[in-house]
Amino acid sequence: MTMTESDVRPGLLARFLRGRIWYGAEWWMTVIGGLIVLFITSMTIASFITPNLAPYNPEASVAGPFEPPSFQHIFGTDQLGRDIFSRIIYGAQIVLQVAFLSATTSLVVGVTVGLISGFVGGWADKAISLVMDSIYSFPGLILAIALAAMLGSGILNISIAIAVIYIPTFFRLVRGQVLSIKEELYVEAARSLGARGRTMLWRYIFPNVIPSIVVVFSMNVADAIITEAGLAFIGLGVDPSLPDWGYDIYRGRSELVGGRWWPVTFPGLAIALVALGFSMFGEGLSEILNPRLTES
Amino acid sequence: MSESLVEVRNLDLDYPTRRGVIRAVDKVSISINRGEILGLVGESGCGKSTFGRALLRLPPSPGEIVGGEIVFDGQDLMELDEESMRRLRGARISMVFQDPMTCLNPLQSINDHLMETIQAHQTNVSNKEARELAVSILNRLGIKPERLDDYPHQLSGGMRQRVMIGLALALNADLIIADEATTSLDVIVEAQFLDWLRELQQELNLTILLITHNIGVIAEVSDRVAVMYAAKMVELADAFSLFDKPLHPYTEGLLASVPNIELEEDTLEIMYGSPPNLLKPPRGCRFHPRCPHVMDVCREEEPPFREVNPGHWAACWLYE
Amino acid sequence: MKEHLIEVRGLKKWFPVQESFIERLVTAQNQFVRAVDGVDFEIKKGEVFGLAGESGSGKTTTGRLILRLVEPTEGKVFYGDQDLVQLSGEEMRKMRQHMQLIFQDPSASLNPRMKIGEAIGHSLEIFDVAHGKEKRERVLEMMEKVELRPASQFYDKYPHQVSGGQRQRIVLARALMLRPDFVVADEPIAMADVSVRATLLDLMIHLKEDFDLTYLFITHDLATAKYICDRIAIMYLGLICEMGELDRVYNNPLHPYTQALLAAVPIPDPHARRSTPLPKGEIPSPINPPSGCRFHPRCPYAESRCAAEVPAFRELVPGHHVACHFAEQFLE
Repeated sequence: MTMTESDVRPGLLARFLRGRIWYGAEWWMTVIGGLIVLFITSMTIASFITPNLAPYNPEASVAGPFEPPSFQHIFGTDQLGRDIFSRIIYGAQIVLQVAFLSATTSLVVGVTVGLISGFVGGWADKAISLVMDSIYSFPGLILAIALAAMLGSGILNISIAIAVIYIPTFFRLVRGQVLSIKEELYVEAARSLGARGRTMLWRYIFPNVIPSIVVVFSMNVADAIITEAGLAFIGLGVDPSLPDWGYDIYRGRSELVGGRWWPVTFPGLAIALVALGFSMFGEGLSEILNPRLTES
Repeated sequence: MSESLVEVRNLDLDYPTRRGVIRAVDKVSISINRGEILGLVGESGCGKSTFGRALLRLPPSPGEIVGGEIVFDGQDLMELDEESMRRLRGARISMVFQDPMTCLNPLQSINDHLMETIQAHQTNVSNKEARELAVSILNRLGIKPERLDDYPHQLSGGMRQRVMIGLALALNADLIIADEATTSLDVIVEAQFLDWLRELQQELNLTILLITHNIGVIAEVSDRVAVMYAAKMVELADAFSLFDKPLHPYTEGLLASVPNIELEEDTLEIMYGSPPNLLKPPRGCRFHPRCPHVMDVCREEEPPFREVNPGHWAACWLYE
Repeated sequence: MKEHLIEVRGLKKWFPVQESFIERLVTAQNQFVRAVDGVDFEIKKGEVFGLAGESGSGKTTTGRLILRLVEPTEGKVFYGDQDLVQLSGEEMRKMRQHMQLIFQDPSASLNPRMKIGEAIGHSLEIFDVAHGKEKRERVLEMMEKVELRPASQFYDKYPHQVSGGQRQRIVLARALMLRPDFVVADEPIAMADVSVRATLLDLMIHLKEDFDLTYLFITHDLATAKYICDRIAIMYLGLICEMGELDRVYNNPLHPYTQALLAAVPIPDPHARRSTPLPKGEIPSPINPPSGCRFHPRCPYAESRCAAEVPAFRELVPGHHVACHFAEQFLE
């Protein structure tokens, strides 16, 4: 038996360049989502490295209070005369740090526990599932508020508070996948080869769960961004002295009555845009990584 | 010379895929005579199932008929509008699939299925008449009348396939296309079903296109046999000539590689290689890379599909 | 040396029927699917032992029970002198080097995210036989043996990038990597295309010679079995109804069920269209199998005794076993 040229499936990049990753109209969603994700991430990293990325110091009074958007201050200024545009650029640091940190924490914990629980089964699985389900049944934001109030402020504490509410998402996803993959013939094949339990879990089950994890991770970052903003809005933010989108909205909201719309609108738009970017990217990734829906 | 019911001429069907367009049915011409069982045999991916569904103008998505004619009872189906085509499907051409559970509604009893089918196409039939007709059909199916109120899941696989044929009978369909209809059945049930189908066909003079990869099944019931290879029709003949003296080397190799429990030998002929990728079919005859009799012309030019002996068609340069 | 490589004694597997809570309250006792209901046979070293039957006959479960991929409800499986059923989990795992399984569906039995070469060579790592470069060399050598050529090109591909026939070769190579003595082949060619089947069958026969293997060949296709099996056992509803040399069983089937199965095999020759009548009905449910002889409701020769009395599985002619009260009348 020899191979023909067409046996070789083109790589992901080649397929991407040909615009043939998947059928349907969803491809532009991934591209737009990906661009937003790329933009916001690189901007945040850049603002870490170069302190003068933004036009003004985000924490200094640079103009009169509540100046409407103009050429000097394109998003206007807040009640202390700080440039809102600069605050948004620096505020991204905190939002993204918390979002990534919390999503990563819940990924590591949720995936590990999910893998073990699903694979081992029995009463241990039942007990863990019960705990996870009870966390899951709690309204996410309320749980995060309680935890944040308990743990106090700071990036790490807020991240943990948010991470806890997303652990069950990963757990349920991974456990469900493990339960179904465990029944796949190739896992039985591994057993008949003489593989140990941990080999089966690590080499045969885990690699087949990864694509779904990546997708859910991206979605969870989007969710965590909104949750972090929500916590900051009610005053459970990382640090009131640092620029924070949620906290800025909180302080700007009372000014809406006076017709001063810019302190609320621009941070709000930033949150919406970034959360949307991550979810679109996640949706798109799920189309690429799980092409079974479109491929016969 | 028997009268033909279906006349397919130069049918072309394309599948766009992410790696390019596949021509899944390539210039296929064939006629199906009234009152015959025409067996269509080929390996997976040769286009036989796609061809069967193309006759209903329902190729599996995203396939598309891009050329040729399908003349059914004097009418070119390619010229019909979608609404007339819809009425024709089911009423005059019925299809039976490998897995009948996907075609039967699990919430409807056998009686409901039959009655609904009868009344959908014969509006002037009363409930009582329809019920009587349903019972008489059930008798033909070899299913006891008390099972009329059973649901599909209560029937065995063989019975479900009979019900599918029964639905075609209820409509007085002119043509029944059976696509791998016996493949999921166990060997004894399959044999029972084939015996029954053969009897029924002779009694009612049905026209059946039997699509399968199982050469034993084809030999058991077909009047004529068509062989497809890599989207092309390569041979067509009455069953006896085809099995006794196959003309195309592919047919010859295929028949020799099928286990036959009746023969004394205990080795099988081996056909090397595998069917070509249809994205890039070989030049000339598509079988030439595997053919033991390959000549220069085979590599360059496509052999015409023509009547080599009376009633025995083949596409091979050996006979030119 | 012992003549029998595998000896199966009174092997049973009853699967509990999944019932809803209310059903459990109503019915007094648990229901079981009697997938395998007490089978005895032995496989000689170096032979191909066929296990044939329709779906639901228990042939696949029997194969899995022998390898203890399914835990038996009752019975013994001897590999040489060792009863596999008595082994601990870890002992059984080590034992798997000597016995392997080939699956019906090669696509489903390969990890989609493991390269072909890695999949074939994984057992070398599991049992710490070879790693790295040495593993690769051994795998390439095995790939040549199963005619996956050019081997080095196939090594780094994923299963979905090759054809179905090639996937079955991968599964064969994987099973033979540790040089087992015994291979259970569960319908190994059923999913392959007609023209590829003969090639695979031929390959399996050659590999058997090369590697000195003993096969348990599970199949529903008696025509295929003819080309590879030395002896055959016919299963019906969890029991073996006939067993013997393949030629003997095919030429002089002593059980009415075997006769029916043989008559039903489609023959690729229109001159040989079937004329013999077939048994009525279909295989009954293994939850409540018929009393007495399990085939009696469908048997054309059944008498009142068949419903009442379970026929003994007896050796009517040396080497030819049958479970039928009236088998003598079929003897030629």
